[in-house]
Amino acid sequence: MTVTNTTPGISTITLSTLLRRWVVRQADSETEWVESQLNTLRQGASETTLHRFLGLAPRRLGREDLRLSVSDLKEAEQLRPDWDPKGWSLDGTARIAGLLAFQGPRPFPALFKDLVRTSDARELITLYRGLPLYPEPLVLTHEVGEGLRSNMRAVFESIAHFNPYPRDHFDDHRWNHMVLKALFVGSRLQPIVGLEQRANPELARILLDYAQERWAAGRDVSPELWHCVGPFAETVNAYEALSRALDGSPAERSAATLALVAADTSTARSLLADAPDTLQLVAAGRIDWNHLTQEEAA
Amino acid sequence: MFIDPHAHMVSRTTDDYEAMAAAGVVALVEPAFWVGQPRTFVGTYVDYLSSLVGWERFRAGQFGIRHYCTIGLNSKEANNEALAEGVMEWLPRFALKEGVVAIGEIGYDEQTPLEDKYFRAQLTLARELELPVMVHTPHRDKKRGTSRSMDVCEEMGLDPSWVVIDHNNEETVRETLDRGYWAGFSIYPSTKMGNARMVELLRQYGGERIIVDSACDWGISDCLGVAKTAQLALQSGIDADIVRKVTYENALEVYGKSGQMHAADWLDPPAIDQRTLYEGNSILRGGREPRVDSPAPRRRDNLIIE
Repeated sequence: MTVTNTTPGISTITLSTLLRRWVVRQADSETEWVESQLNTLRQGASETTLHRFLGLAPRRLGREDLRLSVSDLKEAEQLRPDWDPKGWSLDGTARIAGLLAFQGPRPFPALFKDLVRTSDARELITLYRGLPLYPEPLVLTHEVGEGLRSNMRAVFESIAHFNPYPRDHFDDHRWNHMVLKALFVGSRLQPIVGLEQRANPELARILLDYAQERWAAGRDVSPELWHCVGPFAETVNAYEALSRALDGSPAERSAATLALVAADTSTARSLLADAPDTLQLVAAGRIDWNHLTQEEAA
Repeated sequence: MFIDPHAHMVSRTTDDYEAMAAAGVVALVEPAFWVGQPRTFVGTYVDYLSSLVGWERFRAGQFGIRHYCTIGLNSKEANNEALAEGVMEWLPRFALKEGVVAIGEIGYDEQTPLEDKYFRAQLTLARELELPVMVHTPHRDKKRGTSRSMDVCEEMGLDPSWVVIDHNNEETVRETLDRGYWAGFSIYPSTKMGNARMVELLRQYGGERIIVDSACDWGISDCLGVAKTAQLALQSGIDADIVRKVTYENALEVYGKSGQMHAADWLDPPAIDQRTLYEGNSILRGGREPRVDSPAPRRRDNLIIE
């Protein structure tokens, strides 16, 4: 996986315009205010003007969820593949629209760094959710690292979940630690964009160690963990652990089955001989990584 | 349901958050203050303000308590002019952050010219940004310092109904109320106000514009000051409406003027907050009034650590 410094095929202006359209149509009585603010920011304004806009956005627009249609999502996908604006708020979208439109005295990375330094909790989440849309994404590495280190789970998840930035720009070390931290803080793995694409033997080894450490302490492990181990089951010798998971809860049994199917080795196949029922559900498409139990699938 | 409108949570443990939530505290206001020793860099002050609008807000939310704060340069540190000048440049940015309900706590400590200078500058900022003000009244030369604080607020053109004069006592309350200000009382052992005295004040003055807080911080103080005072007042026959006013409604009314604090924040939080920053308290949602005498399991009672 190569790490790139440009986000392919997008223009900051186009994205800003799209976000602006979504905000304006939901802004009700604040339509005029938000349009004139965004125009001012685009025409070149002081950073104080930007700070004021970022501060006033939730006050003026409220904090409702952004209303998005299927065609909106399709448009988003075309502009920035794998960017998922579901779960964005109205004020957050306005803030990112303003930030992308802003023509100020400093280059974007310096501006971003300064904004992160003084952010309130929801502002941080918003700024990190915007990562896939920013120009010069790689220059933001240090700030993104700070976000990942945050103890506020929602801030961590604003980078880790529904965000293609880590897949596109993290090296293996940072990627692996993000996945491991997700497990540590009780975050789901499935919303991580690129989980399969970025799987690697080092991560499989780290996660296998982690699972054994948890078991030794009498704690359970998230069945999602096996998703990253399966393809390297042979390399990291995960068969004993997978066979233990196979005897675990229904979700663990499903996860171990899926992992062994992905391993696709003779040892894996012989272990799967003990789980014909789950294997059948997998073959029938009734169990997958999004639906580890049939209740979820139903 | 209680609001503790003056609580320095950066100095408190998770045990305190648990106990406050169990006692019925649904929201609190954390004023920017002196942390026990002077900060000597503008940067440490900036990071402190950042923690009030970020990390501490999140931490409170994990216990089902809504966290608000006030932003300001406190009187002690106003005496370091280089620091004060630097901090003043950052204040406007923080004053517009989410959950900032006032400029505060500001006012006098030793009543020096520098304290006076920055008190006035921050009153001007509050007026410009249309934010309420939380005034810390001095421990020493209290009565004169309190009168002077109100004089200066009026000189700077503030509307008393936007200003909370905090840390009142029997000697200062009459003037504070007569001049139209909100009168805060910090139930703080030994130094400020005890809750039996507070009950007597409620008997005498009723509940109009009176606000009870704990001012709990790094010193020997009680984060259950508001809840305990409410219970003691009810047991002493103070009218339930008065108790509700001084331990909930009045704080919401004055700090709500900021537009940053609404009962819906804890009674009916927006979906985005429920997904991210606020672990709602299902007991409260069910409408049951929690009891102060059933605190959360405290560490000392529990031998097993898992």
